[in-house]
Amino acid sequence: MASLDDLKKRIASVKSTQKITKAMKMVAAAKLRRAQESAERGRPYSEKMNNVILNLSNGISDIENAPRLLSGTGNDKIHLCVVMTSDRGLCGGFNSNIIKKAKSYFSKILNEGKELKIITVGSKGNDQLKRSYGEKIIGNISFKESKNANYFDADKVGKMVIKKFEAGEFDVCMIFYNQFKNVITQIPQAQQIIPLNNEKYENNSEESYEFEPDEDEILSNLLPKNISTQIFKAMLENSASEQGSRMSAMDNATRNAGEMVDKLTIEYNRSRQAAITKELIEIISGAESL
Amino acid sequence: MSEEFKIEIINPDKSFLVKDDVSEVVVPAFEGEMGILKNHISIISFLKPGIIRIQSKSGEDKFYVEDGIIEFKNNNLSILTSSIFNLNNLQKDKLQNLLISAEKESQRSDIDDQSKYLVDQKIETLKSIN
Repeated sequence: MASLDDLKKRIASVKSTQKITKAMKMVAAAKLRRAQESAERGRPYSEKMNNVILNLSNGISDIENAPRLLSGTGNDKIHLCVVMTSDRGLCGGFNSNIIKKAKSYFSKILNEGKELKIITVGSKGNDQLKRSYGEKIIGNISFKESKNANYFDADKVGKMVIKKFEAGEFDVCMIFYNQFKNVITQIPQAQQIIPLNNEKYENNSEESYEFEPDEDEILSNLLPKNISTQIFKAMLENSASEQGSRMSAMDNATRNAGEMVDKLTIEYNRSRQAAITKELIEIISGAESL
Repeated sequence: MSEEFKIEIINPDKSFLVKDDVSEVVVPAFEGEMGILKNHISIISFLKPGIIRIQSKSGEDKFYVEDGIIEFKNNNLSILTSSIFNLNNLQKDKLQNLLISAEKESQRSDIDDQSKYLVDQKIETLKSIN
């Protein structure tokens, strides 16, 4: 059994850990509100963008000559996966969930005999993936310097992806991120951005548009922007998810630390009592023997 | 009959401006300036660097944009853009910075024709503001 002194030290150390997790929870809660707001403010843009592209691609005159970003290269051999994770740890299952989702996709791709290339955004994803998929990772981007997700960072990633696509380095591009549902639920998502997959949307607008210049030219101008927009949306969702996940993880940690302190305190009190009783017995039996 | 329609300017990270008492908007569309009045036909177009002028009850507002997409439908004008500045509170030094970076870009040797054209437009507009 641990001595009284050891117990005292352990209680003190658990208490100070609890203080840290509590502070982290507070910080995450404050950041979460901001991240959530900007995720919600960002939604109209990407929705509008999607709408416009939908209208355009329905109006396009000949599918054969559609821009390759929309129709694909015609092949399905090389898959590029952009795995978006956080730069910091201590956020519960946030990163592992994305990685798990991504890994199951990776093994599916590899089983089908296709080639896989990976770009990681955020250092945590890179750390987890480089052990098993190290030779597949062709790039790692991290935005440790920028405090909030901003469009220019997303644009940087988007331009890089497009450049690689135009150089013929891959046929299909997927992005992996966590969609923010609420503080306790974040859903890992796999979204295909090249070629644009919009079969699931029904065209319900009978409205016909005038295009200036023609559809093809607008589309080829718009599609690269859409890539950046989708990546930006993923970044916003991700940062809200990260904070939410961290908040609930730290909340749990604080609660667990509290339970541990209670348990240790009981143990401390009991062993203190046991020591007192032992001393009393010794004194009494000593007196009796006289 | 009122001759007003609604305009909405959206940034990637926020809604930049919403107004519903707009009578006329002039946008720098890719193939030249385009004026939009109420009951314009539905149109999608994209923007080159230039000035957006918005006439509304409260007077005229001017914005400098570098790129964007416009969609007009059912008397709703949406402008999606990632770089827009209100000319009323655009500082001189910010303007200078934009100009300098645009000029730097136009001097790059590997620039293609279309982006060269866009950058030249940008420089011209920025100079006209000054």
